[in-house]
Amino acid sequence: MSEEVKSEQEVLFQKRIDAEEKIEPKDWMPEKYRQTLIRQMSQHAHSEVIGMQPEGNWLTRAPTLHRKCILLAKVQDEGGHGLYLYSAAETLGISRDELVKALHDGVAKYASIFNYPALTWADIGAIGWLVDGAAIVNQISLQRTSYGPYARSMVRICKEESFHQRQGYQIMVTLSQGSHEQKAMAQDALDRFWWPSLMMFGPHDAESAHSAQSMKWKIKRQSNDQLRQKFIDQSVKQADVIGLKIPDPALKWNADRGHYDIGAIDWSEFARVIKGDGPCNRQRLQHHNRVHAEGAWVRDAVAAYEAKHKQRSTRAA
Amino acid sequence: MIDKEQLKEFVLRLGDDSLVLGHRLSQWSSNGPFLEEDLALTNVALDYVGRARMFYGYTAEIAADGSTEDSYAYNRDCRDFTNLLIHELPRGDFAFTMARQYLVDEFSLAYMKRLKLSRDKTLAAIAEKAYKEDLYHLRRSTSWILRLGDGTTQSHDRLQNAIDDLWGYTTELFEMDELDQEMSKADVGVDVASLQPEWIRQVTATLSDATLTVPANDWVVTGGRKGIHTEALGHMLSDMQFLQRAYPGQQW
Amino acid sequence: MKLYEVFIRSRRGLDHKHTGSLHAENPQQALEYARDIYTRRSEGISIWVVNSSDIVASQESDCESFYDPHDDKPYRHAAHYQLPDEVNNM
Repeated sequence: MSEEVKSEQEVLFQKRIDAEEKIEPKDWMPEKYRQTLIRQMSQHAHSEVIGMQPEGNWLTRAPTLHRKCILLAKVQDEGGHGLYLYSAAETLGISRDELVKALHDGVAKYASIFNYPALTWADIGAIGWLVDGAAIVNQISLQRTSYGPYARSMVRICKEESFHQRQGYQIMVTLSQGSHEQKAMAQDALDRFWWPSLMMFGPHDAESAHSAQSMKWKIKRQSNDQLRQKFIDQSVKQADVIGLKIPDPALKWNADRGHYDIGAIDWSEFARVIKGDGPCNRQRLQHHNRVHAEGAWVRDAVAAYEAKHKQRSTRAA
Repeated sequence: MIDKEQLKEFVLRLGDDSLVLGHRLSQWSSNGPFLEEDLALTNVALDYVGRARMFYGYTAEIAADGSTEDSYAYNRDCRDFTNLLIHELPRGDFAFTMARQYLVDEFSLAYMKRLKLSRDKTLAAIAEKAYKEDLYHLRRSTSWILRLGDGTTQSHDRLQNAIDDLWGYTTELFEMDELDQEMSKADVGVDVASLQPEWIRQVTATLSDATLTVPANDWVVTGGRKGIHTEALGHMLSDMQFLQRAYPGQQW
Repeated sequence: MKLYEVFIRSRRGLDHKHTGSLHAENPQQALEYARDIYTRRSEGISIWVVNSSDIVASQESDCESFYDPHDDKPYRHAAHYQLPDEVNNM
């Protein structure tokens, strides 16, 4: 294809995006758009699937049967969301196997928040309230992303996620009305999950490597800092209502901006955890690797049975 | 005539069966052989935990002593649990889980079909719901028996081993102690002994379709209804009951 | 495993609508997984699954010849016809 034709396609492509039209799988798209989407969607999918682990770690210890059902349904949802996103990524011409291999090889990333441990039951509350809360802020924005299959899976995910944050917050409400120990447990969970939740939105806009092009292509619809601010503003009040304290002495309402100001985020911690020095990085990947390897004989059996079966029915016909 | 204590004990047994198996199934979440199956297994786990809640809820209602569904799940020790042993055996590999599920599904479907006719309206209503769930469970587990049995050599061997390891626990499904007999006589419970011939016929047919061998009846372990369990149950309970034991009497 | 597309009828009287996709080895398995994955919140009363590779799709390059020729036939639409004021509905 000549350079000239290619750029004409690119102009048309950008025009379509500027007009808020969605890009669909069969459409021409710049290779870099495709690669960016694969990177972002697979990272998102891996995050959902790896995210099953910290909460899954409490499934057998949920304190009531009702909570057990809620947590099971929620962790199952995360798996479903991973599946929706893998499927959407497959429309870009990459297979789930390839995506999973990239995760195992350390080429693909997942949200670093899941490298923190869920140590107490209150952490299940904090994860739902803060981690899902932060994820939802981001996902609501992504419902308007320019790639059709991604946008549509976001719509479904947001619909299903609406209970996730509430169930987490409800755990925190219950704990903060409970015994002294329970209240301390809730505060401790907030203390540990607050800052990592803020880091989930990624680096400040000025330092964000991929942001500008992604905004132009409308893969991203709002900047990291805009989304983070939205999350902070909503969470401060929610903490206040249940008598928990946000662990940030610099947190202050800024009347001029109409937003809360916060203290400095410790980006060195963010970098450390991404690099592999989070409390659970190794366990998360090892778990995923182990489960994938343990499932291999089952997947092989399914394929072998199907092949035999087909052969037999062809012979019979 | 059956009295309140008898009915309570009977319902509690069914609650224990459901909870213990549901708990084992829940251990597959984020451990499934592929995502689709991970989600499907969790649906089955949710059905069973849901069932446990209904049976325990009814138990609490009969007891009318301020107990709740959670009292029965979280505040009883190993010897108090009266589930059939097959439900409590550790999760095992995927072949073990599916072998157990299939053997239990064949039993449970037939059981719930009878329990739907119970003179006890609450039990009949729970059975009505459970029966529908079991229809789907059995459809799934039967497919898996066929796939794994007639899949690869490895899957065949794993499944055969699982069936062999489970077989001695299946006799207990059809045992009738005094309580079972009374409940059955009163048309409240089910004559489980009468379900055995059809169960054996079905299981034999499926296993043979799956190129598997029906094990010999050369060992039998029972005792669950009397609270004589495998050692695995105690560990399961210490895990499951941890929070309620460490912080007694709290809301969660 | 193969990729299957899932279509769900959410209520009687409505069309089946594309909902997503999943991996399965055969159509029966795909149908069951569709039930387990896409109707967990009672989203459906009927499911279709189809092997993705069996779908024949129009291409973007077909657009000009497929769809543009339909753009100049306003007489196919009711709005093309003006009615006397006395007849306000037809």
